[in-house]
Amino acid sequence: MAASQRLSSKHLLGIKDLNTQDIELILETANNFKDVINRPIKKVPSLRDITIANIFFENSTRTKLSFELAQKRLSADVVNFAASSSSVSKGETLIDTVNNILSMKVDMVVMRHPYPGAGVFLSKHINAQIVNAGDGAHEHPTQALLDAFSIKEKLGEVAGKKVVIVGDVLHSRVALSNILCLQKLGAEVMVCGPTTLIPKYIHTLGVKVEHNLMKALNWCDVANMLRIQLERQDIKYFPSLREYSMMYGLNKQILDSLDKKIIVMHPGPINRGVEITSDVADSQQSIILDQVENGVAVRMAVLYLLASQKG
Amino acid sequence: MQNLTLLDGQKFQITIERLCHQLIENHNDFSNSVILGIQPRGIYLSKRIAQELGKILPDAKIDNGILDITFYRDDFRRGDSPLVPNSTQIDFIIEGKKVILVDDVLWTGRTIRAAMDAMLAFGRPEKVELLVLVDRRYSRHLPIEPDYIGIKVDSISSQKVVVSWKETDHEDKVILISEQV
Repeated sequence: MAASQRLSSKHLLGIKDLNTQDIELILETANNFKDVINRPIKKVPSLRDITIANIFFENSTRTKLSFELAQKRLSADVVNFAASSSSVSKGETLIDTVNNILSMKVDMVVMRHPYPGAGVFLSKHINAQIVNAGDGAHEHPTQALLDAFSIKEKLGEVAGKKVVIVGDVLHSRVALSNILCLQKLGAEVMVCGPTTLIPKYIHTLGVKVEHNLMKALNWCDVANMLRIQLERQDIKYFPSLREYSMMYGLNKQILDSLDKKIIVMHPGPINRGVEITSDVADSQQSIILDQVENGVAVRMAVLYLLASQKG
Repeated sequence: MQNLTLLDGQKFQITIERLCHQLIENHNDFSNSVILGIQPRGIYLSKRIAQELGKILPDAKIDNGILDITFYRDDFRRGDSPLVPNSTQIDFIIEGKKVILVDDVLWTGRTIRAAMDAMLAFGRPEKVELLVLVDRRYSRHLPIEPDYIGIKVDSISSQKVVVSWKETDHEDKVILISEQV
């Protein structure tokens, strides 16, 4: 059992605010929920008196579905809000939008927003508990937690493992949350990609930096392949997608040439043939679909633990 | 604090054996019955019952699972301390079976209410029975009564009944703890 039984934070804004015990508590609780979602009846009544608003100012398939399923399996009431079809397009501010939603007696807000720090900003101005489902290129804490959970499930432990994050680290909120989370659990982290896509001072976080994919893969136990986020790239960071995939794409030939069987992860959505080829994504070494399954369990754990704080 | 021992040593063992014989009267060779111990404290009793049944019925296969009720409790967000889940382990099918729920102490009945909810997530049993080692009489909040009882205890709500087990606490014992005034 974890040393602590309560999260140290009222919100989940980023991995940065969590301590190691918080993370371990979430992963342990997620284990119980993974059990629940594999039963014939996948629903428990814990959060039946809680209403949660999912506010998405940015597109999402996996995260939104995953959160919604997690909420429904905990018996919470759910309202969904997508910015594209709302009054935000009429010029309403973020605080007004959220306060209007809260007036309808909502206890918790799950928010995705294109601006870094949107969750932190909101937490200072409104009363409800906030779960960050991705804020710009800043943090995506539940993704990092589910990645850590998946690594732990596959390898038994996170501590001491070597994880390389490959690709568009510059635009990736998954990368930052993953680095912080894995380090807090005692793993070694390396980032790998073209110089233009690796932030200049990232080594100050205590990660190794490598620009050669083969060297990185030979070092690691786990490779987390990030998506090239073309929608966030305002300038050209590399000559062509074809060249990027030749230099940093993972294919079956490379995977088989390594002297150990590494684990391949991807936060999704996959650009098949760019950062990862189809035969790798669908191979035995890939745990991409396990990550998605674990995502529901981890989010159930986060919501359960946050909700249990309100007396 | 004042402790009164209600059951220990040989009498403890006789009580367990009596419960087993009562179970056999109703369940024969357990081919259509399963035992579910309720987390966290009921699992020691269910394990002991399954062991004793194994000695009495060496040829019978006795299914013994453990059931965690945390997510089904009715006091989520109402107590001072958070509810911490335990593991559930049911490696058999309860649909159409006779289920014997096992817990150490029956007090308000709320745990059993939650246990019945939790159990139904695994299927629809033919019949559900309740076995407890200690029945704290006249203290129920819900209309729940046990089918098999180790001992009956009359106690007031400020008192506590604690069952300790050889496996974890070095001794089989039921004690009644009273706060001294």
